[in-house]
Amino acid sequence: MTNETGTQRVKRGMADMLKGGVIMDVVTPEQAKIAEDAGAVAVMALERVPADIRVQGGVARMSDPDMIDGIIAAVSVPVMAKCRIGHFAEAQVLQAIGVDYIDESEVLTPADETNHVDKWQFTVPFVCGATNLGEALRRITEGAAMIRSKGEAGTGNVVEATRHMRAIRSQIRKLSTMSPDELFTAAKELQAPYELVAEVAQAGKLPVVLFTAGGIATPADAAMMMQLGADGVFVGSGIFKSGDPATRAAAIVKATTFHDDPDVIAKVSRGLGEPMVGINIDTLPADQRYAGRGW
Amino acid sequence: MASKPAVGVLALQGDVAEHLRALRAAGAEPAGVRRPAELDAVDGLVIPGGESTTIWKLIEAFGLAEPLRKRLADGMPTFGSCAGMILLAARLPDAASGQQTLGAIDMTVRRNAFGRQVDSFEEDLDLAGIGGPPFRAVFIRAPWVEQAGDGVQVLATEPVAGRIVAVRQGPALATAFHPELTADDRIHQLFVGMVKESA
Repeated sequence: MTNETGTQRVKRGMADMLKGGVIMDVVTPEQAKIAEDAGAVAVMALERVPADIRVQGGVARMSDPDMIDGIIAAVSVPVMAKCRIGHFAEAQVLQAIGVDYIDESEVLTPADETNHVDKWQFTVPFVCGATNLGEALRRITEGAAMIRSKGEAGTGNVVEATRHMRAIRSQIRKLSTMSPDELFTAAKELQAPYELVAEVAQAGKLPVVLFTAGGIATPADAAMMMQLGADGVFVGSGIFKSGDPATRAAAIVKATTFHDDPDVIAKVSRGLGEPMVGINIDTLPADQRYAGRGW
Repeated sequence: MASKPAVGVLALQGDVAEHLRALRAAGAEPAGVRRPAELDAVDGLVIPGGESTTIWKLIEAFGLAEPLRKRLADGMPTFGSCAGMILLAARLPDAASGQQTLGAIDMTVRRNAFGRQVDSFEEDLDLAGIGGPPFRAVFIRAPWVEQAGDGVQVLATEPVAGRIVAVRQGPALATAFHPELTADDRIHQLFVGMVKESA
């Protein structure tokens, strides 16, 4: 039999189909429907958006399977869900429910402070966060089929997403200029396998799709991240913590497609109502910064 | 016409870069199409894989629906993969709210018919219209053709489900799978040939 599921091509290819699109955090079937109607390429089903996780505190875990089922039933676009870093049993449950992509996410409370999930063991593909190229390559080595820059979720502040996207892209550019003998040292410094480092140096890009996440709240935020080299955008709290979610969601979708056309960005940025309030990262205590979770 | 036909890829959302690469390898001069004026400049158009609901909303929002329908009615060669097949269908029994199609091929297409992502698969497929060995076809949350009209030529049937997954009707070609994700460019060569013939 030649019919094969869960191949690398099928997993990475699924992420290719999301390119140029916006993936939106939703907590109810009604929100999922609003996201789909606004043009989301996928929705992320979770119980609390990151902004609420920050406020309410406590241990943040995988969502209730009934809640995820309700969202799967409500929309025809792909449904993603988050498991805790290293929590392979949560990942097994999410695969059994039939989610289309698992986000092994620093937004939830880590379940293992040493190891991430061995993602090669799964048929369902995984997306993982990264703050720099070494982290991205380690996640790919563990089987991640898609990478997103981490940013700082639930802040409505794009500064960390910018930092992480610039770091990943500039480290790739630097690799591309290196001679083969320098790549051995680069692999050691990046703590990533030489073969993967050499592949990235040769191609000038990651072997998987690179989205951005964590703090995107406006059409211009999305356009900026796309111009910095993101293949697409995750928007978490930025939509449903704003004054007019449906309008803002549709505007961010349009701004992502026409990210290089300031006239379109200007047009869609009008009449959006109140954005989410946002948090200055400098005022966040170190233990409340999610980007440092994962290694 | 020039030896390299200008072939557009609808670049609103989806795996545009992969189609651009495959078209270039197949001897075309490819370009992304996001605006009506860009559509006017191409001899043929690929509608890529992606999310069909999203692509349709952007087609409507940016005034492309009527220009696209007009070019298709005038016989512009077009090729749609996966979401592109959905957009070329005449009938969608399970369309999302507000979702329409371009109706270039007399067929009924069911979205996500092969299941969710855990059911996505690849397999060798016998394909009429191209020579050589079987085609390694990559199906991702793929649709199938539920019913094809009399004028539609069936190019491939998926053997396990027994469903139609590749069709051609005149200048319009569609596959439920993603030839752009493999290094096998025979389907893109077939399409570039169709564009050359129509000029």
